[in-house]
Amino acid sequence: MVFQGHEAAIFAPLFSNMNMGVRVMSDIAAGRLSGEELAENFADIHPPLDAKSAHIEASRCYFCYDAPCMEACPTGIDIPSFIRKISTDNVRGSAIDILEENIMGGACARVCPTEVLCEGACVRTAQEGKPVTIGALQRFATDWLMEKGEQPFTRAAKTGKKVAIIGAGPAGLSAAHRLSQLGHDCEVFEALPKSGGLNEYGIADYKVVDNFAQKEVEFILGLGGITVHHGKKLGQELALGTLRNDFDAVFIGSGQGAVQALALEGENIEGVFNAVDYIADLRQTPDKSKLPIGRRVVVIGGGSTAIDIAVKSKRLGAEDVTIVYRRGAEAMSATDVEQKFAQTNGVKIKHWMQPVGIMSDNGAVSAVEFEYTKQGPDGKLIGSGEKTTIEADMLFKAIGQLFVPDPVSGTAAQLELKHGKIAVDDSYATSLEGVYAGGDCIDGNVGLTVAAVQDGKKAALAINDYLAKK
Amino acid sequence: MADLSYNFAGIKSPNPFWLASAPPTDKEYNVVRAFEAGWGGVVWKTLGEDPPVVNVSSRYGAVQLNGQRMMGFSNIELITDRPLDVNLEEIARVKKNWPDRAVVVSLMVPCEEEPWKRILRKVEDTGADGVELNFGCPHGMSERGMGSAVGQVPEYVEMVTRWCKEHSDLPVIVKLTPNITDIRTAARAAVRGGADAVSLINTINSIVSVDLDVMAPTPIVDGKGAHGGYCGPAVKPIALNMVAEIARDPECRGIPVSGIGGIANWRDGAEFMALGCGSVQVCTAAMHYGFRIVDDMITGLSNWMDEKGYRSIDDFRSMAVPNVANWNELNMNYDIKARINQDSCIKCGLCHITCEDTSHQAITATRVEGARLYEVVDKECVGCNLCMLACPVDNCITMERVDKDKPYMNWNQDPRNPFSTAAE
Repeated sequence: MVFQGHEAAIFAPLFSNMNMGVRVMSDIAAGRLSGEELAENFADIHPPLDAKSAHIEASRCYFCYDAPCMEACPTGIDIPSFIRKISTDNVRGSAIDILEENIMGGACARVCPTEVLCEGACVRTAQEGKPVTIGALQRFATDWLMEKGEQPFTRAAKTGKKVAIIGAGPAGLSAAHRLSQLGHDCEVFEALPKSGGLNEYGIADYKVVDNFAQKEVEFILGLGGITVHHGKKLGQELALGTLRNDFDAVFIGSGQGAVQALALEGENIEGVFNAVDYIADLRQTPDKSKLPIGRRVVVIGGGSTAIDIAVKSKRLGAEDVTIVYRRGAEAMSATDVEQKFAQTNGVKIKHWMQPVGIMSDNGAVSAVEFEYTKQGPDGKLIGSGEKTTIEADMLFKAIGQLFVPDPVSGTAAQLELKHGKIAVDDSYATSLEGVYAGGDCIDGNVGLTVAAVQDGKKAALAINDYLAKK
Repeated sequence: MADLSYNFAGIKSPNPFWLASAPPTDKEYNVVRAFEAGWGGVVWKTLGEDPPVVNVSSRYGAVQLNGQRMMGFSNIELITDRPLDVNLEEIARVKKNWPDRAVVVSLMVPCEEEPWKRILRKVEDTGADGVELNFGCPHGMSERGMGSAVGQVPEYVEMVTRWCKEHSDLPVIVKLTPNITDIRTAARAAVRGGADAVSLINTINSIVSVDLDVMAPTPIVDGKGAHGGYCGPAVKPIALNMVAEIARDPECRGIPVSGIGGIANWRDGAEFMALGCGSVQVCTAAMHYGFRIVDDMITGLSNWMDEKGYRSIDDFRSMAVPNVANWNELNMNYDIKARINQDSCIKCGLCHITCEDTSHQAITATRVEGARLYEVVDKECVGCNLCMLACPVDNCITMERVDKDKPYMNWNQDPRNPFSTAAE
């Protein structure tokens, strides 16, 4: 079962449930914290390094040969090289090292789970458990360049070729930037009013403060040769067949349009939300005091989205926030660092419990019933039969997103799918000639910004080869 | 508890750590603070004739390395810029109030007998324990025919030293300049002149950096800079070598040496002492952190001596001198190979790339099921130590001795030497 679309409209009727004094049936309220508290809670969680600290941190890098960090970076940034350049005050050179491989190096510096990527592989992690803070250094270098307002890249001579790009998220913009550099003109079609994809609509506020996602979009578009059209959704305003006719090649970077459902009775009642929808609303609401949040919040899921919505709930003023995950901590896709971050924010994480029922009061969620789980002899999860209940004014579902195949597969032009997502070969080519895809919508993608950027970059190079032969 | 007191050429101090003649010893105020902190002695900042010199504004420059400040330090300051009488009065009072500490007075006057005679008499009246002849200052004073202008001419060194010995009963320490081809020539001249001791090194001619915006050497004085005197941790290796050269020179045998040059902690001091020094002098480290660093120097040296069973400085002083050899005395049959402890290897690859790019291609880089593996090729390894030095993990790379049952054979005895004196 799949729910689609934005469910923000659900907020409105909830306000009427507010009730002072006697037992509160559904205690959901906006403005639980003062403006100052909210400003502090949604400020940059990792303030940028100043020049001195960056120099000292850069000097901790051993400048490894065949550096493990570089191998761990999905975009293959020459990390030792960019760090050395920071230490010598060649910050421009450093930033270009990063951006040449990853045009969203600024966003990735802020949102990458570095503990399982570059910093996890840093030899200092093996040596002393304290990696060079590569993410913070990457932010230092890319911020420096972006603050200069400089566009370090130029376009090759125009090829006269046009490429359609579906989705203005990390994959689409990365592909567009590389294609434009190579001399091709790009038209990007985006369903939402803003570009940036999950950088704009999905990442936690306190990771990308000061409207960073839009600044980065402007930086990328500053190269020229890229036009973005908003309000254009594949399957609605756009048809793949038409795009294939009108353009020399097509790149699909449309992400995943839906979320997984719990498949429980009452999933549609008041107080039950898709975490990604709420997060999108939160990102688009500058005045956080306008956001209603429950006194008691339950989050179901084990990934980054579960962590994000739980921490944000807490930071909006929720009193009790509990993440419930059906397996143990090690099985959560949220990293150790993310789990600890949630816990230090006062979020409780409960393991080995799966939801079996949603209880309601006056049509709104009042509690969630869980069954304790355990791992069966074959590794499969089994219910123990034992049950417990956690009271909740709000229930967030964060058990994963789904690719919606209909818009692309439902057209005359049939795209082959694999595991419910678009199937591509090693060069990101789909089953349709001239149509390439990357990012969260393709099979095998791990769901990270950095992976989407790499997909876009590699697909752009493949499209360039294709156009040269066409 | 080890006894740290030392009698250096007749100058007694409760510990061997002295502050060198420099800004920290320019005034009673500073010197009293130093003694309160525990310093064993001071060499008062160089006195000259009145009228006193005038200093410029902007006097120091520094080399920073990987966030560490003042790895090297440079100054263009001259000798004391306070009137002679003021300094002498303060020296007398300090010595009276701190009788157990060494108070040595640094001197620099024109290269004529009368001025030396005059100033020595005045210093003697203060009750100071000795004098140090500043033949080393490389900037400003040397252009006036003093400082290193004297120190670079052995005949002048000998002549002035002799005057001082003739006109004073105070112990005379001759401070040597490193801005010279062979430090032994100046040291021998001091010995011939009757010096009671030598101290070294004074600062090294230097430009610590060039400001690429102003396009001038630092420190910059209104758009221009002059060469300065270099000191601090960066110069310690140069100082150690010069101290060792004197320590093993037959003509200088037995001359007390006060070591100076980049000494920042007890271990640095102990190294100078192992090469023959009886006292050591400190400046840059104090100018970086303040006088309280002496506490670590005293307790660190004392703890190390206790651990080693040395009861006094002389118990270990000069112990490394016999092991400072000429190259042609080294054992050509000695053979070591690098050994990589794979369990502590963190896979930085530096051992491989340094050897591959710049040395002997003796460390291979391979992958075993994806994992990096760095291994030594014994056949190619010459035992140069480079990989061990580049490796960021202590004791991950060690050098193992592999020559077995081979006798000592130096280059003079080596048949590969065309001028070999070997029997065959």
